[in-house]
Amino acid sequence: METPEQDDLPPLSLAVPEPEVRPGDRPDFSRVAIPPAGSVRRPPIDADPEHIRDLAFTIIRVLNRDGQAVGPWAEALKIDPEGLKEGLRHMMTLRAYDARMLIAQRQQKTSFYMQHLGEEAIACAFRRALAPGDMNFPTYRQAGLLIAGGYPLKTMMCQVYSNDADPMRGRQLPVMYSSKEHGFFTISGNLATQYIQAVGWAMGSAISGDHRIAAAWIGDGSTAESDFHAALVFASTYKAPVVLNIVNNQWAISTFQGIARGGSGTFAARGHGFGIPSLRVDGNDYLAVLAAAQWATERARRNLGPTVVEYVTYRAGGHSTSDDPSAYRPAEESAAWPLGDPILRLKNHLIAIGEWTEQRHVQAEAEIHAEVVETQKEAEAIGTLHQGLRPSPADMFEDVYAEMPPHLLKQRHEAGF
Amino acid sequence: MPRMTMIEAIRDALDVAMGADPKVVVFGEDVGYFGGVFRCTAGLQAKYGKTRCFDTPINESGIVGAGIGMAAYGLRPVVEIQFADYMYPAYDQIVSEAARLRYRSAGEFTCPMVVRMPTGGGIFGGQTHSQSPEALFTHVTGLKTVVPSNPHDAKGLLLAAIEDPDPVIFMEPKRLYNGPFDGHHDRPVTAWKAHELGEVPEGHYTVPLARAVVRRPGRAATVLTYGTMVHVALAAAQESGVDAEVIDLRTLLPLDLDTIVASVRQTGRCLVLHEATLTSGFGAELVALVQAECFWQLEAPIRRVAGWDTPYPHAHEWSYFPGPARVAEALRQLVEVA
Repeated sequence: METPEQDDLPPLSLAVPEPEVRPGDRPDFSRVAIPPAGSVRRPPIDADPEHIRDLAFTIIRVLNRDGQAVGPWAEALKIDPEGLKEGLRHMMTLRAYDARMLIAQRQQKTSFYMQHLGEEAIACAFRRALAPGDMNFPTYRQAGLLIAGGYPLKTMMCQVYSNDADPMRGRQLPVMYSSKEHGFFTISGNLATQYIQAVGWAMGSAISGDHRIAAAWIGDGSTAESDFHAALVFASTYKAPVVLNIVNNQWAISTFQGIARGGSGTFAARGHGFGIPSLRVDGNDYLAVLAAAQWATERARRNLGPTVVEYVTYRAGGHSTSDDPSAYRPAEESAAWPLGDPILRLKNHLIAIGEWTEQRHVQAEAEIHAEVVETQKEAEAIGTLHQGLRPSPADMFEDVYAEMPPHLLKQRHEAGF
Repeated sequence: MPRMTMIEAIRDALDVAMGADPKVVVFGEDVGYFGGVFRCTAGLQAKYGKTRCFDTPINESGIVGAGIGMAAYGLRPVVEIQFADYMYPAYDQIVSEAARLRYRSAGEFTCPMVVRMPTGGGIFGGQTHSQSPEALFTHVTGLKTVVPSNPHDAKGLLLAAIEDPDPVIFMEPKRLYNGPFDGHHDRPVTAWKAHELGEVPEGHYTVPLARAVVRRPGRAATVLTYGTMVHVALAAAQESGVDAEVIDLRTLLPLDLDTIVASVRQTGRCLVLHEATLTSGFGAELVALVQAECFWQLEAPIRRVAGWDTPYPHAHEWSYFPGPARVAEALRQLVEVA
């Protein structure tokens, strides 16, 4: 075909995607296609990626509206009712912890905080699929990994308060936790940089003939970063034992997910270009998250290579305490989100199977609240950002290098330490 | 004359530039509908449309790389990196591409682009929201690097940067966005509306690049500084009793050496001050130039006060920040040398 004369064509124009609704509009999620719980097939873990491409365009769901766990993903689940109750407790603890830390930030006991409201199921459930020694490379919204992993709440609070018991000695922003023992890699705060590091860690395990696997974490917005694509190509090339998690909470600060996703159908589908099996999962369904996590981690452990898992969820709160979402999305949007609340859904399931009651739930809520408040008192008795026992400023010169070089020693003396 | 914050002055500069020249386009993370996390672009999308001011995917390399392509096409992109600390993924595009298009094509392709980024600390932003990486830009030939210290200059310098034929790194000290900050973090915050440099002329004007300005005349010593530290230096001069001449460099590269040399030749003493880490900082270049140009007039070794050579520590912000006490002490020591 010959190129038409330029004059015959209309002028070019730039496409800039926009969300369907903005403040003042009625929230509308009618275009989010949600398949019924239990309707999506569960392929064997060694399935050819070419044959399971559909799983990146649907939503794997386990809990139905009646609170029943249904379908093939439910049947393959490895968890007992006690485990489920524990999971519920983890999510409730995370929510109570968030609420207290948000208040503490408003009281200027810390400078900054980031909450998980609505996204509690993802990290809390995923953590159950990991074994001791596995390593997460989390973002700032995966504190559920620590809570579900048994990391002390008080230590988390001390980190948020930058007090004398903060393991990071006040050096890091609040919520940038680190715990090698609990499989929680030090959070950088820059975006996507650690996604590729998770792949490298997993490659290290494979090179060493180890059994440990890695889990990479990223948000929908940050999948646009080059490091995300670097991670996928390395994971694909070397079949690294890593789970490549994408938490799609719809919003990257003020930017809706369509800006990062562009013309691609879903974030999970990004895996297809690299030949990586990719799942898309209901992120507000504790059982669906766990089922997908068990499928993906087993693939990694059996040396079958990486898996991309997109969790579809909604960031019900602000990006951080520095953000006010009412400036860019309808205030009612959170309530209109069709996948519901993860805590409520697991609670309803436990009630439906006769393992839980409304009364016990109210009781558990009160217990957890009291425990978090008590722990908070203990942490605050040590210190907060501006009061009490805090790390010495002399400490800021430590750990720049293994051994302090002369020029830093000189500067430390000059600073009066 | 209207009084503005530095945020309003930057927004006004962008507004003036976009209104005057349809080639000016503005983009970056959260820059479009929301108007930027610091609100420097608020209202521009509504006024000029979403193809002139828009949100980008979170990819700094992409933001700068796309800007280079648009500039090469013939537009005047003004891109925003949300924090200077997020600049590193774009560094290859800045260093290997933006800075060298003109040179390697013998002027056939050029890059009239501005890369804006909030810089510096003082807001408890920790390691990833506090850095001052200006030396990483001044070390790269082909780039111009600008750091305003007040709303009046911010607007005039930004307009000059947008009109400049070469790539300009425009670093906005975020602690100065809402008011002058002299380093006394425990005192009430002051606003730009009470400051004479918060007076910002309406419409178009420029503050030329490569021109420093004397903020405080003095005879005992010269302080070379820029950005937030200009205000710290002024406070330190006042509090130390040292009659220091404070020079606000405004543009780090190209540098206004004449103003610097004229001052140091008179005072015979020089203090170099920046918030960025000391070692291989821009201060080292200033020291080298001053000693080469003013060697015979110097009466004391040139001193440097800077951020310590550590990452920016969240809770120890005020132990790290080179505040007025440290600067005043350095000034006193500087003038004591016989």
